[in-house]
Amino acid sequence: MWELFVQPFIDYGFMRRALIGCIAISVGATPVGVFLILRRMSLTGDAMAHAILPGAAIGYLISGLSIGAMTIGGMIAGMAVALLSGFATRLTSVREDASLASFYLISLALGVLIVSTRGSNIDLMHVLFGTVLALDDVALIMLCVIASFSTLTLACAFRPLVLECADPNFLRSVSRLSALTHFIFLMLVVINLVGGFHALGTLMAVGIMILPAASARFWALSIGGLILIGVILAVLSSWIGLLLSFHLSLPSGPAIILVAGIMYVISLAFGSIDGIRTNMLRRSSINIRGKLNEL
Amino acid sequence: MTPAIDFQNLTLGYDRHPAVSGLHTKIKAGSLTAIVGPNGAGKTTLLKGLTGTLMPLKGKVLLGSLSRENIAYLPQQSEIDRSFPLSVIDIVAMGLWREIGAFGWLGKERSLRVDAAIASVGLTGFETRAIGSLSGGQMQRALFARLLLQNAELVLLDEPFVSVDSRTMADLIELIQSWHIEGRTVIAVLHDNDLVRKHFPDTLMLARQLVGHGPTEQVLTEENQFRARQMCEACEGPPHVCGRDAA
Repeated sequence: MWELFVQPFIDYGFMRRALIGCIAISVGATPVGVFLILRRMSLTGDAMAHAILPGAAIGYLISGLSIGAMTIGGMIAGMAVALLSGFATRLTSVREDASLASFYLISLALGVLIVSTRGSNIDLMHVLFGTVLALDDVALIMLCVIASFSTLTLACAFRPLVLECADPNFLRSVSRLSALTHFIFLMLVVINLVGGFHALGTLMAVGIMILPAASARFWALSIGGLILIGVILAVLSSWIGLLLSFHLSLPSGPAIILVAGIMYVISLAFGSIDGIRTNMLRRSSINIRGKLNEL
Repeated sequence: MTPAIDFQNLTLGYDRHPAVSGLHTKIKAGSLTAIVGPNGAGKTTLLKGLTGTLMPLKGKVLLGSLSRENIAYLPQQSEIDRSFPLSVIDIVAMGLWREIGAFGWLGKERSLRVDAAIASVGLTGFETRAIGSLSGGQMQRALFARLLLQNAELVLLDEPFVSVDSRTMADLIELIQSWHIEGRTVIAVLHDNDLVRKHFPDTLMLARQLVGHGPTEQVLTEENQFRARQMCEACEGPPHVCGRDAA
């Protein structure tokens, strides 16, 4: 058991780095994912992940595979899409999802254009699928900084954010923080995705944000519980996923997300709250009680 | 008494189509006023104008010494996401936002006040229940507890008794009357005329324009109601018809 589950991390530095990187991403991104789901914005994460592509690509063009340049580029592109769609929604009667979809598609097309005309296929694969097994010190420090910043910001913005999600009209009636809260939240989505894409790639980064948070819904009722269980599930997925990728020579990003996906399916089926099995049991117990009453 | 609210030729609307036009009247401070009128008469629009979420197309609302911070507004069929994992105590404590803001500590004294507010709407024992598991009446009780904590001088209620059982309604009316006794200005949009006659001294009847405003027995008459319905029917259909009729 020890050899199977722990030894790879003791023997290989790249596995330790990968695990630390993934834990940082789990701690930063999953709480944001919990709020994305509570706000019924699960697909916004996906849109944002695509939106950061041209920024990362431009960063790459300017200074090669530099973590800093690609991170800053990705953040600028993500924030630009968030701001533009926010403005479009406030200045016209276009719904936020429609304007976000439009701007992220523009951004994505731009990104693919830049990557495919100027970069090689290997670069494209790097951006799309990440390199969790090749994280250097700079990348690790950056992932940890992003996770810390994200957690602190979320803690500070917690109360307005909960209000903005649950009863936005009330928040608007008592304070002017509503628009700011929304923007800070989108910023957290963007920076966590930018952090995640170095390790897992733009496409898979959304997975670690959304899947554990979606699974947590079947085990916890309070916001704190959702965040705690979400983070635990995310860390577990990272650990098991990395091991699978090590032992079976699978690509690590998809392996991690698939483990998170399996956990989601298990939660969906057996979750103690609203899980399919729980609901069936409840229904059948009502039926039995009904039949007993008939007798 | 001094007027709390002074409507000066107020025209409110959406997308340049007026929903309330040329409203010119005053609501006294400390009064308990019902806003009545047919569907589409602009009642909710008027409340939105008061809270400042809707800017006047013409004219203005003067609030005297009242600041926007001193207005508590309970919208119709509150747009709270009931599936959100919040308990009764969470939702009620939101009423203290103006005191504690985004970062303030609730503290012992304030959490006692939250408990007291919950007790005064008869929800003691429900503190930790999720809002999703409450009935319509219980939810409305919780929202009234939140209004209590907001401690506002002007309370605006939009159809507060829709989907509420009669027992809850009686309790909530008692609360409204205690606010009236404490000298707060209370304005409620209502459609139950018997209720208005019984509990609301003043009535403002609206049919896109002012039909009448004053003591309820003088305003809530058969004649005025008939006139209000006619005015609203005349305004239905393309907007130019409304303009021609008005001229």
